[in-house]
Amino acid sequence: MNLRRIVSGPMRAGNDAQAKATRERQTTPGSTPAIRRGDALDVEHLPSYGFGTRSLMWWGTAGMSTIEGMGFALMIAVYFDLKSRSQMWPNEGTPPQLLWGTLNLVLALLSAVPSVFADDAAKDRDLARVRFWMIVFLVIGLGLLGVRWLEINALNVRWDASAYGSAVWVLFGLHTFNVLTNYADSVVVTAVMFKTPVDGKRYVDIAENAGYWWFIVLTWIPIYAVVYWGPRF
Amino acid sequence: MNADAYALPAGAAPPGRSERSPHEAATRGERVLDGEGWGSAAALALEHTWRDRPGLLGWLRTNDHKRIGLRFVVTAFVFFVAAGLLAAVMRAQLAFPDNPLVGPDLYNQLFTMHGTTMMFIFAVPVMQGMAVYLVPLMAGTRNTAFPRMTACAYWLYLLGALSLWIGFALNTGGDAGWFAYVPLAGPQYGIGKRTDVWNNLINLTEAMGLMVAVDLATVIFKMRAPGMSLRRMPLFLWASLVTSLMIIFAMPSVMLAANLAQFDRTFATHFFNPSEGGDVLIWQHLFWFFGHPEVYFIFIPALGFVSSIIPTFARRPMFGHDAVVLSLVATGFLAFGLWVHHMFATNLPELGKSFFTAMSYMIAIPTAVQIFCWIATLWTGRINLRTPLLYVLGFFAILVLGGLTGIMVGSVPFDLQAHDSYFVVAHLHYVLLGGAVFPLFGAFFYWFPKFTGRMMGERLGRWQFTLFFIGFNVAFFPMHILGLAGMPRRIYTYAAETGWGPLNLVATIGAVVIAVSILLFVINVVRSLAKGEAASADPWGAGTLEWATLSPPPAFNFVALPVVASREPLWAREADEPTHVRGLSAQTREGLVTTVLDARPDVRYSYPTPTIWPVVAAITVVGWLFWSAMTPSGMFYGLIPPAIAFIAWYWPTQKETAEQLLLERRP
Repeated sequence: MNLRRIVSGPMRAGNDAQAKATRERQTTPGSTPAIRRGDALDVEHLPSYGFGTRSLMWWGTAGMSTIEGMGFALMIAVYFDLKSRSQMWPNEGTPPQLLWGTLNLVLALLSAVPSVFADDAAKDRDLARVRFWMIVFLVIGLGLLGVRWLEINALNVRWDASAYGSAVWVLFGLHTFNVLTNYADSVVVTAVMFKTPVDGKRYVDIAENAGYWWFIVLTWIPIYAVVYWGPRF
Repeated sequence: MNADAYALPAGAAPPGRSERSPHEAATRGERVLDGEGWGSAAALALEHTWRDRPGLLGWLRTNDHKRIGLRFVVTAFVFFVAAGLLAAVMRAQLAFPDNPLVGPDLYNQLFTMHGTTMMFIFAVPVMQGMAVYLVPLMAGTRNTAFPRMTACAYWLYLLGALSLWIGFALNTGGDAGWFAYVPLAGPQYGIGKRTDVWNNLINLTEAMGLMVAVDLATVIFKMRAPGMSLRRMPLFLWASLVTSLMIIFAMPSVMLAANLAQFDRTFATHFFNPSEGGDVLIWQHLFWFFGHPEVYFIFIPALGFVSSIIPTFARRPMFGHDAVVLSLVATGFLAFGLWVHHMFATNLPELGKSFFTAMSYMIAIPTAVQIFCWIATLWTGRINLRTPLLYVLGFFAILVLGGLTGIMVGSVPFDLQAHDSYFVVAHLHYVLLGGAVFPLFGAFFYWFPKFTGRMMGERLGRWQFTLFFIGFNVAFFPMHILGLAGMPRRIYTYAAETGWGPLNLVATIGAVVIAVSILLFVINVVRSLAKGEAASADPWGAGTLEWATLSPPPAFNFVALPVVASREPLWAREADEPTHVRGLSAQTREGLVTTVLDARPDVRYSYPTPTIWPVVAAITVVGWLFWSAMTPSGMFYGLIPPAIAFIAWYWPTQKETAEQLLLERRP
């Protein structure tokens, strides 16, 4: 993959960690499929972890994302129900300032990039690359959280002003809560990456964390549209 | 290892405790792999690896799905009895006109506590608890996919349930009905902290429900025994899968609703305040978008019980297995198109109501398909009429009656007449007790030998069934007539001139009979635990995997994970198929992940070990919710303790990492 080669460039220049990671990768024994021995099905040499749908964590994350996605979808439904019952929308206050929210949309999409590369590196079991991209990700994420704070101050309505204000705050707040929890989660899985030795399961955690981040990024698109453009149409 | 690796001889004894630590063996470079029979070094190592630490700490830390599942069931049953006692007080109050026993304020709390407890603290948790116990055994694995999450879910549930009842004891029990309609439950009319406590309970029990649902769905998709393709999956697993997926899509709705209501109360938002642009009806939509599927979270596991009990006692495989699977799935989908039939008395478009009437009738089709399949199975089988089957037969009668009144209230003109009357009370008790509690008792009798290693008393069981069946009909049938005579639900008393006195007295007598039958059940459980007949591994001659291991199962469930080649692996065995799995580590808690469709062995899985953090996490989450219900700042500061607890829960220990590296193989 060309892309991977390009982005792993900065880590390549005479890096011992890189060589160590490669060594580690090569020393872990590979797996073989289950084979039959008499009445028994021998699974001794199956892999001890797997990525994507092979990992139970993927299924757990998918379940939790579905639950939260349902929550977002229903909250959007509540927003439009309330909108449909109002003569004026917003019925109090003015629409939120576009600048910070739009900037955050850009940052969210940007943050997906290091997340994808960290995911890729985790699948290669490349500790150095995982660390590098997770830290890039955490820095962008910190910027994203900072802009969130500015967004909150530019919503232009109080939550207790009217039903409009309540809907905007809760829809916005639900997503922000998810960003915060997943950011905390990312800090923890990254910290584990600095606690050597690192076993295979922890790379799966990095990959699943990145998968969950996609959920955060992709749900921000409709929520951004509703929060920022809902009151403008 | 003999060919019958998992079809154990009846009464096989579990191995004694090993004095030698398998971890010591591991450090000396010895590796012990499973796949051997009872009494082998592997079995001893498994015993050592999987057993919980003794004492209180071990009790709190356990993540054994069997212990947690039974905790769910026992806790739910205790609350079932408590809510039943509240019902008895209500029946005593209504037995005579103008009865001064209970005043209106207490009566509001009584029916709210009764409904809330039965729906949120008894029915859903008991079904999930049975599934937490049974699903890993039936799937042929050693624990649930996320055992710490299962443990945490139980503690959230227990603490939530206790908080509601402590509130009630302090005159702060919910009083706005089990569906807490706004504005009655809103800040304007729902004064005091009664509804806040209720909202917290909803958050906690639904968080529990969602955690267990994700956990069980993962077990069913990914941890089935090798060879258990979807075509060979037992019907109870199908029922649990459909229920879990329904929970994942429906429960967020009520959690969102309870939180919006709580924001209205704590932060003065205006979701349900029409004077500021809010909408009271959206509460009903959000509640019933969850509330109607909820009936099916209770009913579909019960269908799974029935489909497990009938083949065993008809001594033949299920007739129309595929049709039953499709019906379960169809019920799961249709259940999401029914919620508005709870709202026919609101000002919604008539066309919409017609649609929901049609959907409500359509759900009769998959239910009928299943009933015909059960009848055909019984008809063509050799019937063994034991207590579990009696309960199933009782279920047929009562569920069909409840279904018939369902057709009546499913039609808009009739519903407008019967709405909020005792007719609805009669209908919902026929459906819920008939559809869920009768099969649940049957299931309890059926799996009691697996839970405890002892049979339940058959004679007391028959007496209990008879009294329950009679008492149920005496208590609830008159309510149809009372409802048609105009008696509204949720009134604390009525005048003698209404003429409702005699039938109410009859209903109260029925309630007393039910109480006696429940008492017999408790006596039966206690007696059977003490001196019931010892149960073999498969006392009923059933065909599914939970009967392949000891009664009660050892902590590690199976000495060797089974491999299956048919739907009833204990009944029919292909001669040329492997019978069991070998090669999982017996020195650490290892399991097997298989592929979704064909259940081919794919990846080994290291189960999380027991730890105290799920309990701590549950306590901190409950603290956060109550803090935020009391002061707005608690919403933010209260998050710090759960964050710490969850990080500690996740943080890998040196020992875990070392074990993991020892067993590691790249994918």
